[in-house]
Amino acid sequence: MENGESLNNTQELISFRIDEQEFCLDIMAVREIRGWTAATPLPHSPSYVRGVINLRGAVLPILDLKARLGLGLVEPSARSVIIVVHIGNRLVGLLVDAVSEILAAERASVQPTPNVGCETVSHFVRGIIASEGRMISWIALDDILPEQEEAEAA
Amino acid sequence: MDPMDAIKATYFQECDELLAAMEEGLLAMDAGENDSDTINAVFRAVHSIKGGAGAFGFEPMVAFAHVFENAMDAMRSGKLDPDPEVVKLMLRASDVLADHVLAAKGEGKVDEARGHAMADELAALTAAEPAPGAATGAVAGDEGGDEWGFKPLSFDAAAPAAEDHWRLLMRPSAAMYAKGHDALLFLRELGRLGPIQTTLDTSRLGEFASLTPEESYLAWTVQLPAGIAESAIRDVFDFVGDDCPIELTCIEGAAPEAAPPVDIEALLRSVQPDPSETPLRSDADDKPAAATEKGGAKAAAPGATIRVDLERVDRMIDLVGELVINQAMIAQRVTESGLARSSTVAIGLDELEQLTREIQDSVMAIRAQPVKSVFQRMPRLVREIAGSIGKQVRLVMEGEGTEVDKTVIERLSDPITHMLRNAIDHGLESPAERINAGKSEEGTVRLAALHRSGRIVIEVSDDGKGINRPVVREIAVKKGLIAAEATLSDDEIDNLIFLPGFSTATTVSNISGRGVGMDVVKRSIQALGGRITIASQPGKGSTFTLSLPLTLAVLDGMVVSVGEQTLVAPLTGIIETLRPKPEEVRALGPSSFVLAVRGAHVPLIDIGVALGQRTVPINPTQGVVLLVESEVGGRAALVADEIQGQRQVVIKSLEANFQQVDGVAAATILGDGRVALILDVDTLVEKRLNDRRETQPLAKAS
Repeated sequence: MENGESLNNTQELISFRIDEQEFCLDIMAVREIRGWTAATPLPHSPSYVRGVINLRGAVLPILDLKARLGLGLVEPSARSVIIVVHIGNRLVGLLVDAVSEILAAERASVQPTPNVGCETVSHFVRGIIASEGRMISWIALDDILPEQEEAEAA
Repeated sequence: MDPMDAIKATYFQECDELLAAMEEGLLAMDAGENDSDTINAVFRAVHSIKGGAGAFGFEPMVAFAHVFENAMDAMRSGKLDPDPEVVKLMLRASDVLADHVLAAKGEGKVDEARGHAMADELAALTAAEPAPGAATGAVAGDEGGDEWGFKPLSFDAAAPAAEDHWRLLMRPSAAMYAKGHDALLFLRELGRLGPIQTTLDTSRLGEFASLTPEESYLAWTVQLPAGIAESAIRDVFDFVGDDCPIELTCIEGAAPEAAPPVDIEALLRSVQPDPSETPLRSDADDKPAAATEKGGAKAAAPGATIRVDLERVDRMIDLVGELVINQAMIAQRVTESGLARSSTVAIGLDELEQLTREIQDSVMAIRAQPVKSVFQRMPRLVREIAGSIGKQVRLVMEGEGTEVDKTVIERLSDPITHMLRNAIDHGLESPAERINAGKSEEGTVRLAALHRSGRIVIEVSDDGKGINRPVVREIAVKKGLIAAEATLSDDEIDNLIFLPGFSTATTVSNISGRGVGMDVVKRSIQALGGRITIASQPGKGSTFTLSLPLTLAVLDGMVVSVGEQTLVAPLTGIIETLRPKPEEVRALGPSSFVLAVRGAHVPLIDIGVALGQRTVPINPTQGVVLLVESEVGGRAALVADEIQGQRQVVIKSLEANFQQVDGVAAATILGDGRVALILDVDTLVEKRLNDRRETQPLAKAS
């Protein structure tokens, strides 16, 4: 970002590929990117919750983004990466195959998500970015954590 | 922080301590300890709060504290009997004063009507005392109604009458001024005790050229009514001691000293060639810095304690937690590298382990606090609840010195508050009912804290009517919580009150019945790794027992493996571990097994199955069994594959970055850097037991 104007009008995004589809995240939400380490599975959790890992003394839940988006499980390999993101005041790790690039998109170029009659899409895709003939889905992180079964009481 | 704000913050901290001391003293008086030490302690607390309030300009607080102080002063000088009624009034007054402190902090509002009513009641206490001096009723109490309670000092010596009176000669020394005291303040203070006549004695004042700027030359003679207790007068000079020598004599019936009025102007002219300069004042003005320094040193000396930001302590605890993990990691690496146990490295590591443990213990001890900080809020709560529903309640507190980690302390307040409310509102009968039942009119609620087997136990008991089991049952049936024909033991009926949506109060009072029931209390306690039980005897009362871990930061655990995973079971719940023999494992029903332990039969629960890791339980004879005591299901036998050892682990919350997981209390980080889950034995057993309840009728039917 060179100046204040571009800060307002462009958005830096970090993009990655799941199978044939391209996705991206707001770079400001990303705290770090680290290699895959085996996670400790959590009981009674949805399949996309891969478990928890130790991030310098904090317990970090790992979500399989591919599975969360309903595209099947990631086979974690040495090349898989964990994108550590802020969601509210929580830190969450997102497991993806690989990170591709950092791109800057004009805010105006973000198109609203087309209605394809799919709840996963309307839930997790904030908008569509068209660039050089590619289509990149901008992921909304707000609902990415599993829903709490009961409202936290007391 | 603004320096003024910092000073204010310190004052408020002190206020909290003083309020606590005051309440403690009043409660002691309520319990019959009327010695002068206790009364003086309360007086001093009120006095100090007033002093600070005056300095910061919290006028309403000063006004109220002043009336309160007068009343305490009357009690201290023996003019007011500390009978129970008076002490109760004072307790309520202390609540109002606490409100004033809160209001000054900007955290609350004072109920003005209540404040004024209380001030009037207090003023009435002292005013009602007949003035022993007979001639005038103008003793301390009468002035209590007015804001500051002092009048301009009168310098004309128009003597009112020839009667008994005190003559006080005060001769402030230079040392007194050097400490920042001011003779005027003493005169004002004396003026508060009653009408005074002051005469300035300038006899020691010499030629101006011979004056030393820092010397004190003036003395005063003060005449006070005889109705004032000698101790009250002497107490005014308590703070200065020998720095302001006084001579107090009682003049009987003699005419007041016929001192000629002092012409201040003339006096000044005589000592000062240039009236615009006032060298006499310089001694007082030059010294405040030195005085505050001295005061500060004095305040710090008695208790060798320091105030530390909680954040710093927490940071240190986190760091020590990391140190423990790190040390365990190194230890594991050393073992893996095949070094002999007797090698110097291994021996050094053993020492390191001991040291780390000691550091951890001492750091945890920093955070340990007596439960008093929570308990001391309760008497007021009880008074207010009792007052609002017209019951008479005596609160007995025990074990206030019991220490618990700060993490637990701050979460104790809500459950205790709720349990007390419940005990007073539902447990105790109305005074009329109590008399009919042959009990004393006043109900007793006991709040006790104690350590028991590595946990803190809080008991709230009342001597009320106990749980009305038929009514409880009826309500549970009506609300569809249990089947009408279900047979329940007394214990099971008592425990119905913990079910969500249960409330026995026939009329919804504004105390309980706020939509939060005992189920919320139970859940919030379970979230802390605690449990709550109830014992009730009809007609004799109920006891709620709350048991919580001493700390929420570290835990002694048994490290076990289940399948691929390493898990930690909290040591507190484990009674014993054993390897079952084949003849001890017996099938019961289609898919359940029980373990015979010394004649008793305990349900077997496979941890792996309970956590959904596997569907087929392992053969218990090939694994190990942890015999646990759970809150809900009594004893249960948890089956694990193997025991790895016993270890102290640092508790890491799962909720911080994720959410609560059933059957898991928290997580920890093991020596190899991996995360291990800490089992929540109670929910694990409860879940299995509830499953079992559903299958039980089927088993019976088949």
